[in-house]
Formats: sequence, C-alpha cells, structure tokens
Amino acid sequence: MANSSIKVRAKAEGNEVTVKALFSHEMESGTRKDKKTGKLIPGHYITEVTAETNGKTVLTANWGGAISKNPYLQFKYDGGKAGDTLKLSWVDNKGDSDSIEARVG
Amino acid sequence: MNTNMITRRRIFLKGGFAAGAVGAAIGAGLLSPRIVLASWPKSAFDAKSLNDALKDVLGSDQTTASSDITIKAPDIAENGAVVPITVSSTLPGVTQIAIFAEGNPTPLTGSYDLGPGTKPFIATRIKMGKTANVLAVVKADGKLYSAKKEVKVTIGGCGG
Repeated sequence: MANSSIKVRAKAEGNEVTVKALFSHEMESGTRKDKKTGKLIPGHYITEVTAETNGKTVLTANWGGAISKNPYLQFKYDGGKAGDTLKLSWVDNKGDSDSIEARVG
Repeated sequence: MNTNMITRRRIFLKGGFAAGAVGAAIGAGLLSPRIVLASWPKSAFDAKSLNDALKDVLGSDQTTASSDITIKAPDIAENGAVVPITVSSTLPGVTQIAIFAEGNPTPLTGSYDLGPGTKPFIATRIKMGKTANVLAVVKADGKLYSAKKEVKVTIGGCGG
C-alpha cells in the first residue's frame, strides 16, 4: 500500500462510529523565528480536514497554525456501521493535500 | 484548459505520479477544486482579539456560559506545543464547535462544522503559548454557548 500521511481507525459500536486519525504534517505555525537568521519561518499547516461517508460530509475541520505538529483528531458520528467506507482528506496552506479511504470496523 | 483542469493538473504535478496516493486520489475524484479552494476563515485565524475571532468564525461574540459543555484538558501542560483537548457537549442541535486558546497571539485554534448525525465531540492537540483559558464555544440551534478551563503552561508552545 502506498505511504499515506493519514492513519485512521474507525470503529462502529451499535449505530455510532468513533474515528481516530493521525496526520503527518509539520504544522509550522508561521510565528517561529529561525534562530540563526532571525527571520520568520513561513507557516505550513493543514487548513482543512474533511470526513465523508455514505455520500455525506460528517465533519469539516478548519485548522490554523496552533494545531500541534502531527495532528491528532477524534470525532464520532451516528448512522454508520462496520463495513462502511470513510474518506478523510486534508489540504494545507501551500495547496498540498492527501486523502485516504478506510473501512469502518 | 478550464480552471478545473488547470487546478487538477497543478495538484497532479505537485503530488507526484499516478502510482502515488495523490495520483490515485485524483483518479478516484477525491481531490477536486472544491477541496483545494475551500473557504477557510482567514480573518478568524488572523484575529488577535478573542471577540474578533468569535465574530469571524461563529458570527457573534455573544455567548452564554453552559455547564452542558465539557472541556477535558490537563491542569498543567508539560509541553505547550502539544496540549490534548477534548470538547464535548450534551446540548442538542450542535452544528459547530470552535476552540480558542485565550493567551495565544491569535486565539482561534480550530473550528469544526458537524454534519447532521455527528456528535458534539472533538478531541485534538493544540499549541498554547502561555498559561491561559481554553475556551470552547458551541453553536447549538443557532445560539452560542461556551465553557472554559484554565491550562497552566510551563514551556510555551508557540516557539521561539
């Protein structure tokens, strides 16, 4: 399987699905200074995360530079079940992006 | 080429080759201009004042304190760069949750739009520059409710 920047576990308990995701991203805030040059290190962070399942968007997260490096995200939604497909995708402020499809277990 | 094709081509060239995850995602139609050009509340994230951030991300700075919102966060954060926060609520009709670190230069850390069946529950990790209140604001049936919890920070997480 190709290397993804997203690790996700989605588990159904009855009607409710709990999703735990870990994203590989430096989440550089843009407020840090390079200690040698004194210049600001440009911000590079995920700005949006989208979770979709069964044809619906269950979550849109708008993020900024104050989300920790290698961000963690956990959320829950009703109306899912084991076997469903969950799509998680992100975009960052430089226009980079990634996406993954996971099976709800 | 139309804008749609130009954006797809730019994503493709940045993302690498068709065998990679990004190429596969494009092929599956998962990456679209809608995602890349999505509206991001820039002024809310740039706002230095809490009230401006509230207005820009939630539409108002008028909130009612509610004991139906729970913030789970450490009393003392060992590392201000990684502060685990969980916000949950028993209020019905929650459509949006926003989390602020009041002591940060720009207080808004993130805003979460919930789909119709999505529970009012978000867990994540944020950077805190100094000891401050974490403020969670929830939009439920169009009204804003809030709760706060102080987190002491020994080593600030905003860097420098």
